[in-house]
Amino acid sequence: MSPSEDVLEPVLERVQTGVEAFDDLVMGGLPRGRATVVGGTPGSGKTVFATQFLAHGISKFGEAGVFVTFEEEPAEIEANMQGFGWDLTRWREEGHLAFVDASPRDHEELVIGEFDLSGLLARILHAVETVQAKRVVLDSLAQLFDHFIADPNVMRRELFRICSALKRTGLTVLMTAERNSEYGDITRHRMEEFVADNVVILRNVLEREKRRRTIEVLKMRGSHHVEGEAPITMVSGRGIVAVPLSSLRLEQESSTKRVTSGNDTLDQMCGGGFFRDSVTLVSGATGTGKTLLVTNFLAGGVKRGERALLLGYEESRGQLFRNARGWGVDFAAMEAADKLKVVCLYPEAQSLPDHLLTIRGLVEEFRPDRIAIDSLSALERVAPDVGFREFLISLTSFIKKHEIAGLCTSTSKSLIGGESVSEQHISTLTDSIVLLRYIQEQETMNRGLMVLKMRGSEHAKQFRRFTIDGQGMHLGAAPDAAPDILGPGAGDELSS
Amino acid sequence: MSRGSTDRPFFHLHLFIAGETPGAERALAQRARLIEALGPGVAIEIVDILQSPAKAEAAGVIATPTLSDESRTPPRRIVGDLSDAAKVIEFFSLPRRSTSA
Repeated sequence: MSPSEDVLEPVLERVQTGVEAFDDLVMGGLPRGRATVVGGTPGSGKTVFATQFLAHGISKFGEAGVFVTFEEEPAEIEANMQGFGWDLTRWREEGHLAFVDASPRDHEELVIGEFDLSGLLARILHAVETVQAKRVVLDSLAQLFDHFIADPNVMRRELFRICSALKRTGLTVLMTAERNSEYGDITRHRMEEFVADNVVILRNVLEREKRRRTIEVLKMRGSHHVEGEAPITMVSGRGIVAVPLSSLRLEQESSTKRVTSGNDTLDQMCGGGFFRDSVTLVSGATGTGKTLLVTNFLAGGVKRGERALLLGYEESRGQLFRNARGWGVDFAAMEAADKLKVVCLYPEAQSLPDHLLTIRGLVEEFRPDRIAIDSLSALERVAPDVGFREFLISLTSFIKKHEIAGLCTSTSKSLIGGESVSEQHISTLTDSIVLLRYIQEQETMNRGLMVLKMRGSEHAKQFRRFTIDGQGMHLGAAPDAAPDILGPGAGDELSS
Repeated sequence: MSRGSTDRPFFHLHLFIAGETPGAERALAQRARLIEALGPGVAIEIVDILQSPAKAEAAGVIATPTLSDESRTPPRRIVGDLSDAAKVIEFFSLPRRSTSA
């Protein structure tokens, strides 16, 4: 045997948790035969995560599970988890799931001197053997520690012993642990140092009056993982859903296939139209014609036999339909022909991860060829900076992956030009940027359009005046004197 | 130990241990000394959790050794050291062996 064979790391088999996208963060799932601590503050979703881990094993892989509960009684857990679509009662009755009930009971207890937790270990191993379990959950360790609060060192030793014994039998162990704060000590009793091969953190942070749930892999012994917090959301009937970040797979194939913008002149300015699998940003102050461009974009696609989806976050269906009619586009007829779907939502109705799931759901259901979002600025109101950026990354990567042409609008605050907060995020994430601006020429205020950026393509660099009438947008010649359309200082942020 | 006499209360305790560990040995020795100090009408049944895990499950015992009086509501338990017989007797309100008899 050559020496190199000795040092070959065994590839760790993975156990899927059933939390979509989380498994991607940890290269396919939790390593089999290892122990993972899931830490979180109260209400961060630890029990849901743990139950999902068992439920996924039972329902998808026929792997039986044991649930050791130190906190809630089994009947409570069965009732609470019903809403996520997990029929624990049936699984228990059918022998796929066993509980070890170590929840606090009403008894008078005196603890003196030396003891160990062999009783607990024996009960767990008995349950494991009864259902032939492959996965074990201990929920939560804090409760166990609090039970024997006077002997933290005994507890650490015993926990280590229990963990080792469970791992020796090939079980994949998931333990939950309490945290006092979202960004403090990893867990309250610092047990992860003793028992855990892997540490995962669930967070539930209040930011700008909105709850933001995330999951983070802190440590994965002997294997790689993606760093940083990924947004998660709780969905009834499904459990925890992690929202994939595009940073995982930025290597989307970009196609060279062109699709129409819905306006022939704009197509020419872009060198033949937008790219399919690309996201174009239309930026402009209020009233500059963003929704008109959106309407053109949708109608242009439908005219060529494509399916189009419009997500409106600013105006009602009635308003959008009326606007379109004013520009000679009949949304109602397109919807009747099942070529268009218009969905209007209040941005504040749900969190950004939930919005993203809604969009994904609609895309998977309607299967559009193009999608328009009007506007990103309205969505940005919902979430703070980080959350919005994550949302955008996920959204743009999702659109590209599904080979959809995307058009998003963004409202800039200044009427004449320049800066918009969201553009700082958006401009680097979108493939193309179309600017719509008011321009003052002598006594009149005109509208102007410019293709500022077009990734991977030549495009017209000049700035074009346009008019709007009952037929839609008409792009004219370049204005006489080029105005400072970007506004002072705006060139820096948009030039990337 | 007979249930013969009707005027004395009968105590049935359980001593939960797990296999043949040093801790279990110690608990068994302490049980023997306890029985010596106790009057008649007290039984301390040994439950080896490795042999009868279902009994531990039913009683909800996780730590060993545990001496338990399950007949009370709520049950009473001592976890750990049983060497202080006086303390054990007092905690469970058990009858002492009368020295005069």
